[in-house]
Amino acid sequence: MEHKTIKKVDIIFAKDTCNPRELLSKTLQRNPDDIILDIIDSGLKGRGGAGFPTGLKWKFTRNEVSEDKYVICNADEGEPGTFKDREILDQVPEKVFVGMAVCGYVIGAREGYIYLRGEYNFLLRSLNAKLETFNALMKELKFDFHISIRSGSGAYICGEESALFESMEGKRGEPRNKPPYPTRAGYNHKPTAINNVETLVYTTMITRLGPTEFKALGTQDSRGSKVFSVSGDTPIAGIYELELGMPLADFVDSFGDGDTKAVQVGGASGHCVPRKQFRDTIIGFEGIPTGGSMMIFNSSRSMYNVLHDYLEFFTEESCGQCTPCRVGCQQLLKGIEAVKRGERKPDYLEELKKLADTMKVAAKCGLGQSVANPFNSIVNNFREEIIY
Amino acid sequence: MSKTETLVRALVDKHGKSRNSLMPVLQGVVKEERYLSEEAMLEVARELDISAADVFGTASFYTFLDTVPRGSYVIRVCKTIACHMAGKDVVIDALSDMLKIKVGETTVDGKFTLLTANCLGWCHKGPVMLVNDEVFPQITAQKAVEIVEEYARKK
Repeated sequence: MEHKTIKKVDIIFAKDTCNPRELLSKTLQRNPDDIILDIIDSGLKGRGGAGFPTGLKWKFTRNEVSEDKYVICNADEGEPGTFKDREILDQVPEKVFVGMAVCGYVIGAREGYIYLRGEYNFLLRSLNAKLETFNALMKELKFDFHISIRSGSGAYICGEESALFESMEGKRGEPRNKPPYPTRAGYNHKPTAINNVETLVYTTMITRLGPTEFKALGTQDSRGSKVFSVSGDTPIAGIYELELGMPLADFVDSFGDGDTKAVQVGGASGHCVPRKQFRDTIIGFEGIPTGGSMMIFNSSRSMYNVLHDYLEFFTEESCGQCTPCRVGCQQLLKGIEAVKRGERKPDYLEELKKLADTMKVAAKCGLGQSVANPFNSIVNNFREEIIY
Repeated sequence: MSKTETLVRALVDKHGKSRNSLMPVLQGVVKEERYLSEEAMLEVARELDISAADVFGTASFYTFLDTVPRGSYVIRVCKTIACHMAGKDVVIDALSDMLKIKVGETTVDGKFTLLTANCLGWCHKGPVMLVNDEVFPQITAQKAVEIVEEYARKK
């Protein structure tokens, strides 16, 4: 296994590294298949958390035959502990637009949408102004592609891609059954390439720099760098772009407050790693993958409260469509409350873990399936805190 | 034609007469009237030629598409983990004291509604609150009260 240490990178937020006119006029002359090969070669995987290879996603969408195709930028960032996409859209929106245009060119789409969560509506004015300039540039370059923004309305589940399509179609944000996948039937049931904000910026930078520079970063399984949202008990909370593949211990050395008890990697739906596992935990697709949320807890925090917060969050944000998730979230929450009050024996936690495991296989979408991650990792590692 | 009817028609003209326009139209109504009245939802259904049940079904799914009356300024304090750790409770208590309402309620003069929200995406700068679309990160109880006092002075 390759051993990496922590290394700061400056690709995403670097200013003056993307001139949309120059980059697009060059890229729009290239063969779309060559662009796809570059993205595949770079090893870029989706930065929203699920980690699907971006080049393949584009290739599948390109291969579909359809009059209408869409590019969607998923800016429904709602995972507790994640706030990087807001910063990217605020600081370097043009890089996101260029990524969307390149994607549109590659897959053969004429329309692109940014689905921006309603909580970020304060960004709308400046984004729309910049989009106007960008759309005019597309016209000037004689490239038939137009980007517009659609707002969310405060539903976490709409970050799930098929729920996002439903929402854009004016419906309740309830996830669809898969397959078919979005590359075949997405928005309006047409082939759709939907990418996270950060992923699109990396595609822009790979298009500009070529795959080599990106590939040189990270490990075999986790190529490149990633933007991390660091929060919790740290003196330097904020947004950092770091090389993938670092041991969690190095991360804690750099960001912790010296008294770190646990790190929640990947937001509320991610895994809680206790101190004793810091050295053996790799941040990347070969270890614990993350959409970028790193929340640090020091020894003053009650892990019962942390888990309670997460379960409350999921109970409220579950769309209620499928029973395992709707009832499961509620029962997990009630369950730990009952154990805490002493109404249930500590053994009851085993039953609850079985319930969480059932949700993992039986829930319809990622929300319900991933509740077991925080639940089992916190209950297994901090059992006493849950009981007493 | 009532004010709501005029508003809905203008929104439908702007966004197009299709089901895909439903969210932008509903969001437009909420922006102006702070909530979706029965009248507004019925008018949207008529204008988009879909059933009123579909309109209500969609509206009731989304936290920001309120179907009960809200104040002119809707305050949403983030209550999720990082803001919890950073002290959202004292902020909520201070606002609650100041406005003499509990979370979920609206002041008698119809000016303010106090709500909590799930993660607003400012975990590194909590506690944070939204007042309508404006965001205020890194607030304290005192700062939150001052911000709301500022709004109270507005019309």
